[in-house]
Amino acid sequence: MDLRLEAVGHHYGDLEVLSEIDLAIPAGKIVCIVGPSGCGKSTLLRLIGGLEQPTTGQIVQIGTPPTDSINPLTYVFQDFALLPWRTVEGNISLVLEDHRMPSARVTEIIANVLARTKLTEFAKAYPKQLSGGMKQRVAIARALAVKPAILLMDEPLSALDSQTRELLMDDLVGLWTRDPFTSVYVTHNLNEAVRLGHSIVVLSRRPGRIREIVDVTIPLGERELGDPELERQQKHLWNLMRDEALAADKELLNV
Amino acid sequence: MSEIRQDSTRKTVDFRGGGFAPQSRKWVGIVVFVVLIGFIELGTRTGFITNLTLPIPSDVFATFVDLWQSGLLWKHLLPSIMRLIVGASIGVSLGIGIGILIGLFSLIRAGLVPLVAAIFPIPKIALLPLFVIWFGIDETSKYALIAFGTFTPTVVATYGAVDNVDRSLIRMGQSFSLSWFSIVRKIVLPGAMPGILSGLRISLAIAIILLVAAEMLGAEFGIGAYILEAGSLYDLERLFVGVTILSILGVFVSLGIGVIEKRLLNWRV
Repeated sequence: MDLRLEAVGHHYGDLEVLSEIDLAIPAGKIVCIVGPSGCGKSTLLRLIGGLEQPTTGQIVQIGTPPTDSINPLTYVFQDFALLPWRTVEGNISLVLEDHRMPSARVTEIIANVLARTKLTEFAKAYPKQLSGGMKQRVAIARALAVKPAILLMDEPLSALDSQTRELLMDDLVGLWTRDPFTSVYVTHNLNEAVRLGHSIVVLSRRPGRIREIVDVTIPLGERELGDPELERQQKHLWNLMRDEALAADKELLNV
Repeated sequence: MSEIRQDSTRKTVDFRGGGFAPQSRKWVGIVVFVVLIGFIELGTRTGFITNLTLPIPSDVFATFVDLWQSGLLWKHLLPSIMRLIVGASIGVSLGIGIGILIGLFSLIRAGLVPLVAAIFPIPKIALLPLFVIWFGIDETSKYALIAFGTFTPTVVATYGAVDNVDRSLIRMGQSFSLSWFSIVRKIVLPGAMPGILSGLRISLAIAIILLVAAEMLGAEFGIGAYILEAGSLYDLERLFVGVTILSILGVFVSLGIGVIEKRLLNWRV
């Protein structure tokens, strides 16, 4: 299933946050969205997944999601959004319970996603017992459990320290290499963008417009920390964003 | 590392980060009780406190033992507990139900919040004669009074707790296409539970106050009736036995909620 954004624009009251966004999200690719703070990148992601309605334009699904996909558009949130009163497996079963599956099937899916995210031995743990990186892995496992056609990730690594972020990036690359998924990945971290994105969409400051789309051709699995080509791309992205970020930083917030 | 001067005066850095961190000191509460009662015992025995001011604590205890042995204790206590349970159950369950509806639906909120604000400050005791006319002098009017008294604080605590449920968790539920009913049952309700339970502490204390008020107005048996009778005879020992029983009842209710909190909220950090 592909997604296409057609002239999408969004307002909060009088404030225009996004304007004239045209974008194709092809199946099997990771599209990163970067931009200065307040440029509407998280809003764009909420629009894509149907948590908000665009003021203008439309978001179209092209093709049908695979029949085994339980929740075609699935989010991974920056703050993990785990229920603190449920264990790891309880948090995953939460998103399966509404679908009237035989319990053996639920158990099987949970075991499968926990194994894929290396969480099997933490099935009975509560979120408060887990580190930030582990919590986000639970959230990723939960997202995988519903077999998403498109994974919508909203700064999934931004709440984590840099070591954990490296480890989780490796995990994401591993997950993608074994079983390529489609994803829209919003981040303000350019390093994450060049490590994980097949294409990187640079948004301008508010109202967010597409400034440039950068394609990174190196296969995901071969992108190493400190690769000179990636460094070059990252620098290019930073040059694109620098002035915008500076200007965005000086803007008064009237929200 | 650069050299540190050797000649200057030495002083350890002052610690200023203490306090503001409550710690568990279980025995202090008991010591306060023991010292206070000991002081009164001493004061009343030496005559320093006249026996018109306060009864001798050991006499109060003896009266309590009498009450126990005569079997009258349970005759008074059981109807009281029954009234408390029935009245508070009705009030609390209605309160939680309406509170959740207020928390979830803007229309119900707009309609009922002013009404709740209007009936909250009414002293429910003042309405007791009205309840007697509506429900008769027997148990029903007592249940109604306690239910009405526990209802308002429970409503306010519940809708406040529902408002405080983390919106990002609700968005998460929606993003996984959970049904509305599932979101309420699995996300909103457990998320509101801490607030609901702390509201329950207040509601149940109010229930005990109203229980006594209701029993004073017309009951043959009950702690309130017992206290009223003792008071009109100026029997301070029995009066204090009654008051002590109420205190102990309050402590048990509070302990009970503590146990429920421990079991339901063990996920809290």
